[in-house]
Amino acid sequence: MSASIEIQLIAVTVAVACALPGVYLVLRQLAMMSDAISHAILPGIVIAFFLTEDLGSPLLIVGAALAGVLTVALVEVLRKTGLLKEDAAIGIVFPALFSVGVILIARYAGDVHLDVDAVLLGELAFAPFDRLVVGILDIPKSLAVMGVILILNVVFITLFYKELKLATFDKALAASLGFAPAVIHYALMGLVSVTAVGAFDAVGSILVVALMVAPPAAAYMLTDRLRTMLVLSAALGIVSALSGYWMARMLDASIAGSMATMAGVVFGIVLAFAPDRGLVSMARRQSRQRRAFARDMLLIHLYHHEGLPEARRECREGHLQEHLQWDPEFASTAVKTALKQDLMISQEGFLSLTESGRQHAQHALVHI
Amino acid sequence: MTSSDQNGQDWAVDVRDLTVAYREKPVLWDVDLQVPDGVLMAIVGPNGAGKTTLIKAILELVPSAAGSVLIHGQTYQKDRSRIAYVPQRGSVDWDFPTNVLDVVTMGMYGSLGWFRRPGSKERERALKALAEVGMESFADRQISQLSGGQQQRVFLARALVQDADVFLMDEPFQGVDATTERAIVDLLRSLRKRGKTVIVVHHDLQTVPEYFDQVLLLNVRRIAAGPVEEVFTEDNLRATYGGRVAFVSAVLARRDD
Repeated sequence: MSASIEIQLIAVTVAVACALPGVYLVLRQLAMMSDAISHAILPGIVIAFFLTEDLGSPLLIVGAALAGVLTVALVEVLRKTGLLKEDAAIGIVFPALFSVGVILIARYAGDVHLDVDAVLLGELAFAPFDRLVVGILDIPKSLAVMGVILILNVVFITLFYKELKLATFDKALAASLGFAPAVIHYALMGLVSVTAVGAFDAVGSILVVALMVAPPAAAYMLTDRLRTMLVLSAALGIVSALSGYWMARMLDASIAGSMATMAGVVFGIVLAFAPDRGLVSMARRQSRQRRAFARDMLLIHLYHHEGLPEARRECREGHLQEHLQWDPEFASTAVKTALKQDLMISQEGFLSLTESGRQHAQHALVHI
Repeated sequence: MTSSDQNGQDWAVDVRDLTVAYREKPVLWDVDLQVPDGVLMAIVGPNGAGKTTLIKAILELVPSAAGSVLIHGQTYQKDRSRIAYVPQRGSVDWDFPTNVLDVVTMGMYGSLGWFRRPGSKERERALKALAEVGMESFADRQISQLSGGQQQRVFLARALVQDADVFLMDEPFQGVDATTERAIVDLLRSLRKRGKTVIVVHHDLQTVPEYFDQVLLLNVRRIAAGPVEEVFTEDNLRATYGGRVAFVSAVLARRDD
């Protein structure tokens, strides 16, 4: 395998591994927890490193996972005091833990390859150099680690699909049916921690946050089904990873940074163009409703004055602005829409209803 | 230990000396409540009286500082299948990506247990429950598209599939349209006919005598509990709602009409 393909494989594995638990974070309104956990695991890694004195030790992942769960527990403790909200609690806990990690590194591990830049941004480009060789298998170590974490995530979500859904949608019902939502919560957060540490070794903590939040948030706008949301999140994560990689190659920029950028771009595109919930489709719907409303008001006005003596005065286009105080744009929208739909005809500025226009006005009056 | 009292009666719900405190401040104080089988009971009381807390304490969703709760003589831990809970509909996020049928099916997750997935049998039962609340044509509807009344009926259908003996409902009538109110009342009566016990947190004092057999007047302590015609009196209402005399008289005047 060439280095380029290996890097892309790692990127895709990281993207999918992050996107899957990210779906539950977004649905639980805990998106910021990914930020907290991906930073707060640092002291866990550092302490585990002091114990093992080996940067490649799997104990580092265990330490990170424990630190992640500790973050969640501390946030929970603060929140339960009722003195501050969850977002404030997160904002207090993770910088505290992260700074402990930074101080530990600076004070005791200055000579080791554990520097803050690598922690924040990772370096995907170097990932293929660190290899795992078992028999004939010879793959980058981070691909192996992330592959195992991805499998772990898929297995957990598949096995506990029903329980996770229930505990996410209705915690009280989950508790009353005996499904221990607190245990599920910590299991999920433990998984997020493990994923974050595996991913940040390869791509840094900023990208972890981007990949855990942006693809699920985009998928959320595209579907009404949880299953589809999981699949779409993974797919959008892959798109962000690959397009980010190629953008980095073209611009000769950081791969992790480019992937995070593309995750944001993909989210932006979905935000704008998602059917139903996207900004464009919302604006279209609003303008359609505005036009329909203007048209109905006009038709009803004509209907009320039809055949009466004042009709020649009331039913003129100019009159709509002068006497009904309609804004010119609104009036001309109404006239244009009604004419285009053959609900009304205009003869030298005098407006009169067609048969279908009359029926439409009667109908609108009843159902307005 | 049995739930029988001195007369040897088996209560559907038997609450003894229940006290719940949030950080030393009692929200429920020494509450006793015995509910027989096959009755519709309203819990009424002012805001902050502990109505929702009482229901949550029965379900062990909040820890109690003292007292005991038995459901047909057993603790809830021992047999969760006997109670169905209808939370306030504002307690969940209705933008969750799922449909009506799926939410109703969640009521059967308890009987399925860990790992097992719902199948066609569960689907049929969910559809039947939806029909009971007049929502069968909404089975595939995304839940964010429901009105408040429809959301409430989906929650009721979800409780129905639990096949419980005791139903605890937290303000099912809150902010629903007339159609839904009718549907809920019909459902309550049909549950009573089947011998089920339904306990409802209720806000509209005027409809208490029409909809319910029994009433618990609650304001942190139990003020009174029993058949509506015996305990739903001016004195008890005054004791429950405190100084708001005009309000209480208006309720009773309406009742005597």
